[in-house]
Amino acid sequence: MEAFSTHTGVGIPLRRSNVDTDQIIPAVYLKRISRTGFEDGLFAAWRSDPSFVLNNEAYAAGSVLVAGPDFGTGSSREHAVWALMDYGIRVVISPRFGDIFRGNAGKGGLLAAQVTPDDAELLLKWLENHPGQSVTVDLAEQRITCGSLSVPFQIDPYTRWRLLEGLDDIALTLRHADSVTLFEQGRSSLLPSIQAG
Amino acid sequence: MGRTMAQKVWDAHVVRRAEGEPDLLYIDMHLVHEVTSPQAFEGLRQAGRPVRRPDLTLATEDHNVPTTGIDLPIADPVSRTQVETLRSNCAEFGIRLFPMGDAEQGIVHVVGPQLGLTQPGMTIVCGDSHTSTHGAFGALAFGIGTSEVEHVLATQTLPLRPFSTMAITVNGTLPDGVTAKDLILAVIARIGTGGGQGYVLEYRGDAIRALSMEARMTVCNMSIEAGARAGMIAPDATTFEYLAGRAHAPSGSDWDRAVAYWTSLASDEDAEFDAEVVIDAAELAPFVTWGTNPGQGLPLSASVPDPATIPDDGERLAAERALTYMGLQPGMPLREVRVDTVFLGSCTNGRIEDLRAAADVLRGRRVDPDVRMLVVPGSMRVKAQAEREGLDAVFTAAGAQWRSAGCSMCLGMNPDQLSVGERSASTSNRNFEGRQGKGGRTHLVSPVVAAATAVRGTLSSPADLEPIPTAAAG
Repeated sequence: MEAFSTHTGVGIPLRRSNVDTDQIIPAVYLKRISRTGFEDGLFAAWRSDPSFVLNNEAYAAGSVLVAGPDFGTGSSREHAVWALMDYGIRVVISPRFGDIFRGNAGKGGLLAAQVTPDDAELLLKWLENHPGQSVTVDLAEQRITCGSLSVPFQIDPYTRWRLLEGLDDIALTLRHADSVTLFEQGRSSLLPSIQAG
Repeated sequence: MGRTMAQKVWDAHVVRRAEGEPDLLYIDMHLVHEVTSPQAFEGLRQAGRPVRRPDLTLATEDHNVPTTGIDLPIADPVSRTQVETLRSNCAEFGIRLFPMGDAEQGIVHVVGPQLGLTQPGMTIVCGDSHTSTHGAFGALAFGIGTSEVEHVLATQTLPLRPFSTMAITVNGTLPDGVTAKDLILAVIARIGTGGGQGYVLEYRGDAIRALSMEARMTVCNMSIEAGARAGMIAPDATTFEYLAGRAHAPSGSDWDRAVAYWTSLASDEDAEFDAEVVIDAAELAPFVTWGTNPGQGLPLSASVPDPATIPDDGERLAAERALTYMGLQPGMPLREVRVDTVFLGSCTNGRIEDLRAAADVLRGRRVDPDVRMLVVPGSMRVKAQAEREGLDAVFTAAGAQWRSAGCSMCLGMNPDQLSVGERSASTSNRNFEGRQGKGGRTHLVSPVVAAATAVRGTLSSPADLEPIPTAAAG
């Protein structure tokens, strides 16, 4: 995973709540077996609407998405994170994220920055009034800056550390393989198992 | 201080705990399907890592599979490739797979419980948000993303922060005609699609205790629609009766030891929950959704809400958008909403009791000629059981289509889809825009409401149907 320190890019105001992962990428795009190339599926249904924010040239090349509350609810599809990143989004800002989406974002190197509802509204308004302007997101300082507006954001400290360091979760866990083996030796014999295929 | 059930199961699975780090949690069972696994297997291959515990991993084909012509190759080449990729990955890494056509194939969350692989006190994960279903047994079960699928395949563990706990206490008795689906839709409407975020929900109270095992699965299944990753119900006699004699359940003296352990899992009397919601079962009624998220629901007797009366700006905007998408007018009685399609199935309501309940409504009646009704068993085992009971004949005599097992019309990944503007009453779990096919309009309902709606052609409960003339009277 690529390390994340600060990012500056055009902000995209997505004034919608409950942006579920079926909207971020509809199921029909989930049939692929590759890990990349999902940008065409991003908000696929909404992009057919000419008034959709990504169809506005000023925002189309944006990389910092600001949305209403409950972004990334619903399905566990990590394709939602991949589609956002493949499109070029590096940061999503919302007052509240779906749990699984937030976890997936942290694994994939997408920063899910949680702000207060009031600050989200300030950011949305600013971006709507300043199309095509940039936003800077500083992970170390946990701060979002655009124009004279500057607001803090929340992120789980462990995810922050992993993003800053660009660390791979599996490699971290495998350092403790002995603990896993020890745990397995103590597991109840009553627990079910499956004959391999 | 006492511990909640979720805390007990969590504590029993901590492999490693360190200051400032998430707990490393051991996973007892990892369920796999074709959609969220290919990139995880690819990651293993690239890193040269094996699957640590193939014996704790089970795969099935469900999301992409057609529900007709299952003896033929999948027509859609992209779907076929994804299913074939699962087959080759399972063969390469030594994982047991139930492929299309196998007697055990079905929706991953129907297959686990029916084999007795889902047991109280276990940790169960799957790259699917409806893994919460398995919590009905007192297991801690939750959906994960593909990176986490790879993590579990490689290490049989997950690094996780402890969840908070929320008690959902449902007191009293459900009125006649009110089902587990109505109950959970009412819970979601009450706490909202984000209300359960960060929590494990524990469903408690007399109305929950009175539910069958399959009804409990319906409730826990939709915990994710309230934002919670997991829902749990304490194991009791109903749980043990369901498990006894199943293929992977303990037997003989092991059974007694297992039951003793399972019984100890219930939340302690003095356990404290981080939040609690109390619901009076007597006040519940058949429930349907009118909008585009599962929290936008109302009793069937209500009318489409008027967004103008919603004080919160964000919610009003969401309601306006939802009504536009759904093609509904404020004030229209929900009972007058006409549907094109009825879908009975999914991991929420595709079990044998769901099919029996719907068949009881349809027996001796006909599906409205302008409505197509798909009946899709959750697994091939459910299908076989239903056919032994003659339910398939009831459905087909009524004019419904009887299909093979799969996720079907719950999501638009297989041939069973809505077309643009088509409206459904669906026993599945999500009414998101385009969930059942691009431009499709979904109303979430219980199996009996689905069946009654199929007969009348408008959203209906069985109480709305004309009585069937009996042979003696006729």
